[in-house]
Amino acid sequence: MTSDLRPAETAAETEFDAASLKIVPARHPLRWFATAVVLVLVAMAGHALITNKAWDWPTFGAFLFQKSVLSAVALTVELTLFGVVAGFVLGTVLALMRVSRSPLLRAVSWTYTWVFRSVPLILQLLFWYNLAILYNQLSFGVPFGPSFFAVDTMSLIPPFFAAGLGLALHQAAYAGEIVRAGFLSVDAGQREAAAALGIPTHRQIRKIVLPQAMRSIIPTAANEIIGMVKGTSVVYIMALPELFYQVQVIYTRNGRVIPLLLVATAWYLALTTVLSVAQYYVERRYSRGALRTLAPTPLQRARRALRQVT
Amino acid sequence: MSGVMVDIRSVHKSFGLFQALRGVDLQVRTGEVTVILGPSGSGKSTLLRTINHLDKVTSGFITIDGELMGYRRAGDRLHELKEREILKQRTSVGFVFQSFNLFPHLTALENVVEAPVSAQRRPRAEAVETAKDLLCRVGLEEKADAYPRQLSGGQQQRVAIARALALRPKVLLFDEPTSALDPELVGEVLDVIKNLARTGTTMIVVTHELGFAREVADTIAFMDGGLILEQGPPAEVLDHPRHERTRAFLSKVL
Repeated sequence: MTSDLRPAETAAETEFDAASLKIVPARHPLRWFATAVVLVLVAMAGHALITNKAWDWPTFGAFLFQKSVLSAVALTVELTLFGVVAGFVLGTVLALMRVSRSPLLRAVSWTYTWVFRSVPLILQLLFWYNLAILYNQLSFGVPFGPSFFAVDTMSLIPPFFAAGLGLALHQAAYAGEIVRAGFLSVDAGQREAAAALGIPTHRQIRKIVLPQAMRSIIPTAANEIIGMVKGTSVVYIMALPELFYQVQVIYTRNGRVIPLLLVATAWYLALTTVLSVAQYYVERRYSRGALRTLAPTPLQRARRALRQVT
Repeated sequence: MSGVMVDIRSVHKSFGLFQALRGVDLQVRTGEVTVILGPSGSGKSTLLRTINHLDKVTSGFITIDGELMGYRRAGDRLHELKEREILKQRTSVGFVFQSFNLFPHLTALENVVEAPVSAQRRPRAEAVETAKDLLCRVGLEEKADAYPRQLSGGQQQRVAIARALALRPKVLLFDEPTSALDPELVGEVLDVIKNLARTGTTMIVVTHELGFAREVADTIAFMDGGLILEQGPPAEVLDHPRHERTRAFLSKVL
């Protein structure tokens, strides 16, 4: 390394010019070039989308808010909600069992995770759908003893519940591991301090451990939830009219495959967008105390920028 | 004021094959301050943790204000209490950790309010008032709404002391309360503890601060190898140690 500045000169110059020296940021010609290339590619893609008649945008427009499509979107949302909520509740139970001191509970939790992570979702769904073949009656009573009442499996488990249950049970295996990872990320001293203060066990978990675990749970959980939105498309095999099944029904009728696949794409994009925004705010909420100061939200930033302009 | 508050009798504690405590006897009188000195690994922290049952004793027993900690006696047997009962007992023992262990997602005030409300079922409004008073007492009334990460180490430890005091414990245990602090922050924490000592709080303090020990302690106990080798007033233990190991330790620390 060579330098033009000799020590004596540097000292002298600094006294003169330290404040008036101008800082010139480094130039990045390659970055400019890459940006130009990407811009051209984006323009080409846009051009292709608009000019190619095969995309058939008018049909897309006609079906985007069609009644059967909207009710299919509603069903997709319902299945997602059911799968995620039930899945994460059961997953939290599995995680608690896994960290429990009872070897039996630990083993049951481990086995559950092992089985439900190993078997493909589509296979599990078919199992639930055909549960009536395995057990045509579900009876409630003393284990191995007399039964108080019995229900037909078919009437107890309509397709929606079979699908929701399948999604939830599958999700639980993953959710359990995510929640457990969250628990592990919280310093052991936190639980100890809570115990030393005599805070009741359930409250130690709910008020002290879980809120801190949430910080590492949420990013992965959001991934899973978004995965679930798309995962619901698997239940088309049960002939449930969710989004993917419904567009298939429509395009087999009218033959316009591409625009209807676009309708489904648009809705999946919309749902994921809503979830991503929700994730941002939930993450922000749980980062209280973890950062010295919270960064402003995009909305706050926009408002601040507007105020500066006016 | 001369009753025995903490009575430790023949306490042994093993972790697997390692014997951390090998028969510790210690009595702490009400309103007095006992400082425990000793090299690291001598069992000081373990002893402190057995007092509020964070670590279970292998044999022996501990009473606080006459109440057996962690066990119920039936004849010549000691039955371990249920978690819920142990948690309840712990509310009469304040514990201050070396690493503070404040709850980072709660403000200073919420940290202090949490246990009185959830463990002692005191009304929230009353607990908030008490918490504000306590934060004032440790000189942090204006930091009530700050999160722990926004506070210096010394301030965090002072909040932790306020949190321990909020339960109105019968005895306060300090596990090396200044060891994790930058040197210039040690004084502010020790000042708070000195003030508590002056108001007659019963305390057991594990520390390496000899000056503090000399000033505040009624009794100094020197531990090594899981045993209390000698105990007595500061002037005796610090200036005329009887035991060879005490002398060796003091010469290293001073």
